[in-house]
Amino acid sequence: MTRSKIVGVERELPEFTADNFDLSKIVDTSDEWITSRTGISRRHISTEQNTSDLCIAAAERLLKKAGWEPETVDLVIVGTVTPDYQTPSTACLVQAALNLENAFCFDLSAACSGFIYSLSAADKFIKAGGVKRAIVLGGETLSKITDWSDRSTCVLFGDGAGGVLLEATEEDCGILFEDIHSDGKKGEALTAGYRENRNPYFKGEPHGGEFIEMNGREVFTFATRKVPESIKHVLEATNTSPDDIKYVVLHQANTRINEVIARKLKMPHEKFYSNIERTGNTSGGSVPIALADMESEGILEKGDKIIISGFGGGLTWATMLIEL
Amino acid sequence: MIFEKIRTIIADVLEVDPETITLETRINDDLKADSLDLFKIVNEIEDTFNIKIEYAEVIETVEDAVKFVEEQTK
Repeated sequence: MTRSKIVGVERELPEFTADNFDLSKIVDTSDEWITSRTGISRRHISTEQNTSDLCIAAAERLLKKAGWEPETVDLVIVGTVTPDYQTPSTACLVQAALNLENAFCFDLSAACSGFIYSLSAADKFIKAGGVKRAIVLGGETLSKITDWSDRSTCVLFGDGAGGVLLEATEEDCGILFEDIHSDGKKGEALTAGYRENRNPYFKGEPHGGEFIEMNGREVFTFATRKVPESIKHVLEATNTSPDDIKYVVLHQANTRINEVIARKLKMPHEKFYSNIERTGNTSGGSVPIALADMESEGILEKGDKIIISGFGGGLTWATMLIEL
Repeated sequence: MIFEKIRTIIADVLEVDPETITLETRINDDLKADSLDLFKIVNEIEDTFNIKIEYAEVIETVEDAVKFVEEQTK
């Protein structure tokens, strides 16, 4: 059976970081307030790069490290809600910059689950047989859809991108199982990026909603109920004991959310990797950035089984069991 | 019964001695719970009593929670 194997992981973060003290000069907040409620101390914020720049840098390093020739790449998917343009897609911008002339390329919109949704899509193309090599990225410049006068949201987010190379394999490793869902009826709980219709015939009222708006309790409740359920399902369906999982890499939205998830799963806290302290919530970027950090820390080894799980706007959530 | 269950939930979420919690205890002010603690408490109460609490903010004291549950489970 053909599976999709991860053969490299990289990330790119803007150089500039703002810590909680910096933000307390912009909005009425404090380091204590932000740290205790979110676990975030600082976040990277773009001062010039757009989403494609971050994705291109990560993808370039991926190719170089793996020694893949650009023309051998069949597919590029970028999970993002902050593309440079509506068109061309961020994935096409990556293609152009890196001369991936044989690839087909598209962006995928699933907010904080965007990277895992993209992995899922790429996995299907690989299993269907047409694609042997894919670049799957998650990247955001959330700072451009953040209301910098809203202290309840602007402290939460950061910019960054990460990604992996996926390759078809006949080995029994890679993406082993997935659980993937949406609940559009709860979509209003987390919105961003509404675009007004400015055509001269348009009769509707201005809508608003350009920036990230979130119903904190709704999102907290959703994440702490659906994610443990999803992870339990993946473990049960694959007959995997939690003891066999080396790490659980959750979307880095909020330490407090991830603590509740860990507690509900009754799994040791040390198995839940966290880098939110230094990145903030980077939406589609968070899981691959965390994976890249784990790799550079040398804590991932071939043969390790890990769980990755994303959750957020849509609402969407998705969990995968991966053997490295 | 309802009070005891709610007291256990609050003590468990906030990691405080249940004996220190009375009906008059204010969850935010007396127990130093922040908004996320309140979400956890309200969600646990929802799950335990199989009810829906639309607005977490209606629960200020332990007594508010007990009364809310009594009303909903009548």
